[in-house]
Amino acid sequence: MTVTATRSPAGSRAGGGRRKLAVDPTPGRSPRQAVPFLLPALLVLSALVLYPLVYSLVRSFFDRSGSTFVGVSNYVNLFTDPRTLTAFKNNVIWVVVAPAVVTGLGLIFAVLTERIKWATAFRLVLFMPMAISLFASGIIFRLVYEEDPKQGVVNAVTVGVHDLFSDPSPYPGARPRDGQPFTPAEEGFTSTKTFAPGTAVSVPLVGFQPGQIPKEASPASQPSSDARELRGVVWLDVSVGGKAGQLDQGERGMPGLVVEAVRDGQVVGRTTTGNDGRFTFPDLTSGDYTLRMPPSNFALPFRGLTWLGPSLITPVIISSWIWIMTGFAITFIAAGLSAIPRDALEAARVDGATEWQVFKRVTVPLLSPVLLVVFVTLVINVLKIFELVFVIAPGSVQEEANVLALQMWQVSFGAGGDQGVGSALAVVLFLLVAPAMLFNIRRFRREQS
Amino acid sequence: MSRLKVTAALVAAIATLTACGGGGTTAGGGDGKSLSGQTVEVVGTWSGDEQLRFEQVLSAFKEKTGAEVRYTPAGDELPTVLQTRVQGGTPPNVALVAQPGLVEQLAKAGSLKPLSADVEKLVTEHNAAVWKKLGTFEGKLYGVYFKAANKSTVWYSEKAFGQVGAEPPKTWEDFLKVGRAVVDTGQAAVSVGGADGWTLTDWFENVYLRTAGPENYDKLAKHEIPWTDPSVRKALETLAQLWGDPRLVDGGGAGALQTEFPKSVINVFGEPPKAAMVFEADFVASVITTNTKAKVGEDAKFFKFPSIGGSKDAVVAGGDVAVQLKDDEATNELMKFLASPDAGKVWAQLGGFLSPNKDIPEDNYPDDVTRELAKQLVDAGDNVRFDMSDLAPAAFGGTKGAGEWKALQDFLANPADIDGTLQRLESEAAKAYQK
Repeated sequence: MTVTATRSPAGSRAGGGRRKLAVDPTPGRSPRQAVPFLLPALLVLSALVLYPLVYSLVRSFFDRSGSTFVGVSNYVNLFTDPRTLTAFKNNVIWVVVAPAVVTGLGLIFAVLTERIKWATAFRLVLFMPMAISLFASGIIFRLVYEEDPKQGVVNAVTVGVHDLFSDPSPYPGARPRDGQPFTPAEEGFTSTKTFAPGTAVSVPLVGFQPGQIPKEASPASQPSSDARELRGVVWLDVSVGGKAGQLDQGERGMPGLVVEAVRDGQVVGRTTTGNDGRFTFPDLTSGDYTLRMPPSNFALPFRGLTWLGPSLITPVIISSWIWIMTGFAITFIAAGLSAIPRDALEAARVDGATEWQVFKRVTVPLLSPVLLVVFVTLVINVLKIFELVFVIAPGSVQEEANVLALQMWQVSFGAGGDQGVGSALAVVLFLLVAPAMLFNIRRFRREQS
Repeated sequence: MSRLKVTAALVAAIATLTACGGGGTTAGGGDGKSLSGQTVEVVGTWSGDEQLRFEQVLSAFKEKTGAEVRYTPAGDELPTVLQTRVQGGTPPNVALVAQPGLVEQLAKAGSLKPLSADVEKLVTEHNAAVWKKLGTFEGKLYGVYFKAANKSTVWYSEKAFGQVGAEPPKTWEDFLKVGRAVVDTGQAAVSVGGADGWTLTDWFENVYLRTAGPENYDKLAKHEIPWTDPSVRKALETLAQLWGDPRLVDGGGAGALQTEFPKSVINVFGEPPKAAMVFEADFVASVITTNTKAKVGEDAKFFKFPSIGGSKDAVVAGGDVAVQLKDDEATNELMKFLASPDAGKVWAQLGGFLSPNKDIPEDNYPDDVTRELAKQLVDAGDNVRFDMSDLAPAAFGGTKGAGEWKALQDFLANPADIDGTLQRLESEAAKAYQK
């Protein structure tokens, strides 16, 4: 900024009367004398910023080896590659959602913490995530969103809350052995045959760990048939050397399992198996009945959501970025807040405005320049997001979570290493960031003048 | 000018010295320390325990010849380190490289020295022909395979098998049958580490090597046949028999895609166990030891990847190949040493090492598990094939979330979509190989 500030007045004067200025009346403002002072900075700037920028632009028109000019084919390649398009799409989601949410949260927290006693301590805590490297934060959130409720805290909470409202089933995952006359239906496993009182039905189940059957279970045995009753046995048909579908030695009954007798679609009897797995429907009128085991017996335990799966991955990564950046927004907005003239707020309050009206009509408008700067800075930050996506997304969903900066890195330095296409991506990324940068620079300049 | 003279004098002096040394040893009855005073630099990937063990191998070389050997570990950055040093004009004498593609690249660029006839003789003598072929580029032998990995092992929980009285299956049908029996006990048959793409390429390679045979394997590795070939379809269909049954795979396809490789091992051998078997290379053993309480050889055992449709013993392998970047006497001697069984024996006794060298006696390996792993590798003879994804261009066979990795991950998510997977594999391969 100093560059432009010194140059423009000097330049205008030079244009006004060059001949007159053979001897500069104000030596400190001469452009010629400024040059030696600016030279080191210019050199560094051009070596570290200008040269790479121009080189990337040139490089983006050459093929992977860097020796053949290929025109815009790298750019065509870029806009037809589905991976890059996914990255574009994700970047749009990021830019639309993330900076706005962070600025909003920052504003809310800054205003709310302004009045409390320990405001600084509170803001310090919220600012702390900024002190952790993005990479480390990524690893933290990778664990937070882990699918296994024993590891991922989010799923642990989800499962905990869910289980408050519904009891776990006694035999999750168990099912009748394949080939037995039962079919899975919405109401539960239903027999394909019908049974009349007087029969003894055997129902072998599998898909459950023998060690997890309740302790009180005793070895299963076939009930004797009784002409007045419909009887049966439900047992876990799993044992070493046991025959499929047969009651073998050592196979135990499954107690506490609900069995229903169904006739014409109506449940007419409901019973629970005993310790030996037997069940009895004592008073059924003669006729044919379908047997049914309701799904409440077998429902799999709720395991939470697959946060790191293809559909939720981008929101999940955005949430972790919000956690990190909110502190940044709070700090800036709080600084802006303390600069607001108190008398404006007081005047509004004296005039009878409610706190909400003060916030909406006075605080926010006065803060808007700061909010805008924070927002634009965040937009720039979001466009170059890289580490979080790289760390949090498992390999299997990296494509779905892809963003431009990550895609650029993968294309240029990852496998294959096509730095032509990589440079093209870098140029596109630069073009996307440029408007935000220009906007910020303009603001700074206006504030200075 | 004067400096040149000094150098010349030095060279002459060294030449005389070595000549004297050589003469001395012959006179002294060949105690073999003919290379005292010379230094050889070796670069490899091994660090930590592996470095200590490899350094023991090198000190055995020093004892034998008197030459000093300096080992520099470069870790996973080895390709970069090596290429930089070659370009900078200061290559090490010997490098141990895990990527055949890099060896080929260096050989073509003329950075490697072809191995001497002595070394070639040793390689031919002590290894199955396939290992020599793997080290040969454009008719010249450049590499000695010193350390190998056996990537055709299925590790199982003894307890889970005991619950159903299952025996380690020999054929794919038995494998599925055992799997289904295990499912009856409420566990999944296998845990697949699908979040990492490389585990899936290893699955595919093992199945493909058995359903399509070694010749097709070689062709596919070079992309001489397209990925839409019927042989690839057959392999995917075979895989779909396992992956397509959500009961057999822990968590189904979607669950497997959230499981990283170490987690897949813990799923089998940790508490509570979720599956009975996990497929991967010999290094599963070290994951078991570091992450679970299970004991390798007692609670955790392995069997070789089952035969499919009567296929012969075949092993998908990985390995570190020693290449020579300088041509002097000490380097030649070291290559000879690495090609001989003597070098492998030293590390074999220390554990954590398999050698493709068939003349390392079995009892040099410290335990039954390692002995069996080494035996399978040697027994497979010429049916050993190098990991195909490591032979392919990295854009296809080695990129997170792209190429073969992603295509197989999508296939794991939806094993019914064989046509789509074939198309995707072929289009990705075409792009990667053409470059």
